[in-house]
Amino acid sequence: MKVYVPMDSAAKALGAEDVVRALRDAAAQQGVTLDIVRNGSRGMIWLEPLVEVEIDGVRHGFGPAAPDDAAAILDNSSAKALGPVEDLDWMKRQTRLTFARVGVIDPLSMDDYRAHGGLAGLRRALAMTGQDIVDQVKTSGLRGRGGAGFPTGIKWQTVHDAGGPQKYIVCNADEGDSGTFADRMIMEGDPFTLIEGMAIAGIGVGATRGYVYLRSEYPDAIRVMNAAVEIARKAGVLGADVLGSGRAYDMEIRVGAGAYVCGEETSLLNSLEGKRGVVRAKPPLPALEGFLGRPTVVNNVISLATVPVIFERGAQHYADFGTGRSRGTATLQIAGNVARGGLFETAFGISLGEVVNDLGGGSASGRPVKAVQVGGPLGAYMPVSSFDAPLGYEEMDKAGGLIGHAGLVVFDDSADMLGMARFAMEFCAVESCGKCTPCRIGAVRGVETIDRIRRGDGAAIPILTDLCETMKDGSLCALGGLTPMPVMSALTHFPDDFATQKEAAE
Amino acid sequence: MALPDTAIDGAEIDRIIDAHMHLEGPLLPLLHALQHAFGFVPAQAMGPITAALNITRAELHGVISFYHDFRDKPAGRHVLKVCRAEACQAVGGTALAEATLAKLGLDWHGTTANGAVTIEPVYCLGLCACAPAVMVDDRVVGRVDTARMDAILAEAGA
Repeated sequence: MKVYVPMDSAAKALGAEDVVRALRDAAAQQGVTLDIVRNGSRGMIWLEPLVEVEIDGVRHGFGPAAPDDAAAILDNSSAKALGPVEDLDWMKRQTRLTFARVGVIDPLSMDDYRAHGGLAGLRRALAMTGQDIVDQVKTSGLRGRGGAGFPTGIKWQTVHDAGGPQKYIVCNADEGDSGTFADRMIMEGDPFTLIEGMAIAGIGVGATRGYVYLRSEYPDAIRVMNAAVEIARKAGVLGADVLGSGRAYDMEIRVGAGAYVCGEETSLLNSLEGKRGVVRAKPPLPALEGFLGRPTVVNNVISLATVPVIFERGAQHYADFGTGRSRGTATLQIAGNVARGGLFETAFGISLGEVVNDLGGGSASGRPVKAVQVGGPLGAYMPVSSFDAPLGYEEMDKAGGLIGHAGLVVFDDSADMLGMARFAMEFCAVESCGKCTPCRIGAVRGVETIDRIRRGDGAAIPILTDLCETMKDGSLCALGGLTPMPVMSALTHFPDDFATQKEAAE
Repeated sequence: MALPDTAIDGAEIDRIIDAHMHLEGPLLPLLHALQHAFGFVPAQAMGPITAALNITRAELHGVISFYHDFRDKPAGRHVLKVCRAEACQAVGGTALAEATLAKLGLDWHGTTANGAVTIEPVYCLGLCACAPAVMVDDRVVGRVDTARMDAILAEAGA
C-alpha cells in the first residue's frame, strides 16, 4: 500500500513524524505492507499532516491526520477522508507551474523528477545559445519573485554580456520575510527544480559556479538541498559535463547566520564572501561586480525555480498567464490569522479580497478581518477597503503597497496597529546592518516616537511622518527604505489605533 | 558557564580551519563548523583563523558579532527559538512569548539556571500558516499554545 506523508517542515511542525510512526504500527497490526513516500506539502497547511493513500492509482487525502487516525486511514474508514486530493477545490483552482511537482513527487527521487517533466527544460536550454536562453527568459516576462520585480531576463543579459574569467549564479534563499514560505516549500518539496533553474541560468550567462545562500532558520531545507546537490552531481546534472553537453556547471549550499538584512542582495554577497552582511552601494551592480567582484546573477529561489517550466513548456506559454506587466504566476503564501492558510499558485491579477476571504476563508479566530500585511515585514498593512486591489507588481504599488514575495499575513480586529507599527521600527533597529544613518538611527528614533504617540503625545505624529520620509528617501537599501511602508500604512489606514491612545491618555 | 581552556582542542580547531580553506568565502562555513563542534566559537580559534585567512582580529570580531547565530560561550543544552514575527503575532505569538519568558524567569538570550534551555527570539521560521511557531534545536513545532509550550519545556528539562 502506497502512502504519502509530507516531510515539509510545516507538516513536521504539526506532527507528521508521529503520524508516520502510528501508520507503521497500524500497518503492522493490520498485516499491511506499507510503502511510505515522504513528499513535499501540497500547500494546504490547515490540512497538514495530510496523509495520502493511493487507491486504484488515485491519491486520496486524509487530514489533518493525528496519530490515532492511522488505523482508520489504512482501512479507509476515517472521518478525515477528503476524497481525491486533485479534486479538492484548493487544488483545482490553481495554476501550478512553479509548484507543479511539489507534494506530488518524492523530493529526492531523480527518477520521479524526470517522470514529471524534470530536466526537459535543461535539455532544451543545452541545445540553445546563451543569447537564446536569455531571450527566452525575457519573452516569459519573468520578474524577480523576491520582491523587487526586476525583469530577470534583463539581469541575465547584463551578466551574459559581461566579460571576465569567472561568473556566478547566486540564489537568494534567505527568505526572512514573515508570512513567506514558498522558498522553503520548494526547496523541501522539489529541490531539483531549483538546481535545474540555476543550471539553465549558468549555461545561459556563462557562469560555471553557483551558490544557494540558505538561511540557518531552515534546517530541513538545508538538509534536503544538500542531499539534492549530491544526487544531482551523481546523476550528471551538475559537474564538468552537464547532461553530457560538455558544458560545466556546479553549485553548493551555503548557510546564512541569522541576519535578516542578508536577504538584500549586496549584503548577501558580502556575507557569502565571509564579511559582515553590510549593504553595498550600487553601482556597481552585482551583475557586473558581484560575488568576489565578478559578474553575478542574484535571483530569488522562486525566480530560478520557475525557469525550468518556462523552458519545458515555452516562454510564451508562461507569459500568457498574468495581468499587465506581471506575467505568469504568483506563488501566494496565505498566513497569519486565517482559516485556511497555505501556498496557492495562480496567475497574477487575483484580488486581495478573493485570496483572504474566499481562498483563506477569513480569519481563523472567526472575528472580522482588520488588515492584511502584503509582501512581508516591509509591506503595507492593507485595510479591508482595498480588497479590490489585484495582486500584481504595478497594481499593488498603485494601491499603496507592494507585492513583495507574495506573502499575505491576515490580522483580525484585535490587532493593535500602533503596536504593529512599533514592531516594524523595532525589527528594523534590530536587523539594520548599520551602514546608513537613516536606517540605523531612524529605526531607534521611530520606536521612541511611536512610544510618544502611545503615551498621548499627538505632536509626535508629524515627527513620525517626517522621520518616515527621511528613512524612505535616505536609506541605502529596502530595509530602511521600506520600513516606513508598514508604519505609514498603519497610521494612514488605522488612525483610530493612534488617536484613541491619545484620547485615552488625555 | 565557560568551559575551561583545556577542553578546547587546538588540533581540532586547526583541522576544521584546514577543511574549509579550499572554499570561496570560507569564513561563514568555518564559523558554523566550529560552533557545531564546540557549541560556540572558541576564543582560541581567533588567532589561527586570522592567520589562515589573512584578516585582522578586528575584522573577525566584526563578522562574528554581526550575525545573531554565532556565540562566544556555550548555550544551554537545548536552544528554544520563539518566533516574534508578524504572522505569529497575528495569532497570539507575543502573548505566548511573554508568558514563556515569565515562566522561565528569563529575558531573551537567557539560559535557565540548570543549563537546560536557552531562549532566543527568531524572526520567522517559515511556518506562518501554522503559527505561532517555535524551534527546539532543529525540530520545528507549529500552532504552539500554552499546553504545547509546557510540554516542550518539560521535555527539554527546563
